[in-house]
Amino acid sequence: MARIIVVTSGKGGVGKTTTSAAIAMGLAKKGHKTAVIDFDVGLRNLDLIMGCERRVVYDFVNVINGEATLNQALIKDKNCDQLYILPASQTRDKDALSQEGVGKILEELKKDFKYIICDSPAGIEKGAHLAMYFADDAFIVTNPEVSSVRDSDRMLGILSSKSRRAEQNEDPIKEYLLLSRYSPDRVKLGEMLSVDDVQEILSLHLLGVIPESKSVLSASNAGIPVILDEKSDAGQAYADIVARYLGEEKPHRFIDEKKGLFGKLFGGK
Amino acid sequence: MSLLDYFKSSKASSASLAKERLQILVAHERSSRNQPSYLPQLQQELLEVIRKYITVEQDAISVNFEQNDTQETLELNIVLPDHPSKPS
Repeated sequence: MARIIVVTSGKGGVGKTTTSAAIAMGLAKKGHKTAVIDFDVGLRNLDLIMGCERRVVYDFVNVINGEATLNQALIKDKNCDQLYILPASQTRDKDALSQEGVGKILEELKKDFKYIICDSPAGIEKGAHLAMYFADDAFIVTNPEVSSVRDSDRMLGILSSKSRRAEQNEDPIKEYLLLSRYSPDRVKLGEMLSVDDVQEILSLHLLGVIPESKSVLSASNAGIPVILDEKSDAGQAYADIVARYLGEEKPHRFIDEKKGLFGKLFGGK
Repeated sequence: MSLLDYFKSSKASSASLAKERLQILVAHERSSRNQPSYLPQLQQELLEVIRKYITVEQDAISVNFEQNDTQETLELNIVLPDHPSKPS
């Protein structure tokens, strides 16, 4: 049975598209046929992060309007043949998406794909609403920072009341916390909310912590999902997240600060 | 605990301040999330009716909505002034 995953946050700039690209690539690399859809109509960026911006011919809105078939619009990823990208429209306004149109496309994708990742735009407007409406699972991307945590909680409220599952009294969407841009050093100094703090406030199941990492910017510069940078901490964090989501037992990493020689000698514990 | 930790723990951190503020805010926003959308208007109209008879302040009236598995409770609380007088 196919599963629809929404990557959402409420707040912008927390790492939704980075996460969508990494998770989609991770699932596809594990052999699951995966599609990743950009719901940010007018401000598409998933194509850039995935490095397929020059291969966009048709987009999501073209398919909804019947101007192209789904197969014409889906872009096969250059690194993994199990991964397909459905880009957002860059020119139309955000009202171009309709609930009926999105529902029809998702139904069609479900016949052929195991996982469908919906990369939500920021905010709680129509695009964000439609990205989460049909979801089975929600990845809540949160930064350890007050406005991001508050917006995540707001999104949780919307997921539990405005989604298809909520409206039809089905089992609720499964919600997972992905804490990104985490700096263990700053947490240790009391400058940043800790994983435990955020989990206590949001009461969410933690799928993984992604450390603040230079490799995220290098990956987006190159248009290669960061999960393919297997040596980087962020890449490994996303690989762990994919494995945990698929049911593997992986102890959490990147929560404690790296200790240098000085820290090992004098840091205690 | 290392010697370094001893010096670090002397002042309240900004992270704990953030946590405290968030806990209060999130609890407040969650409690109002499940309220029916007519609640603010109901409160306003009730206030108008009461003010026909008694002079009360805007914040003297509170309307609370609570929901559990079996029932929904609408609680109306009006604090009357010490010397009630009819508005002229």
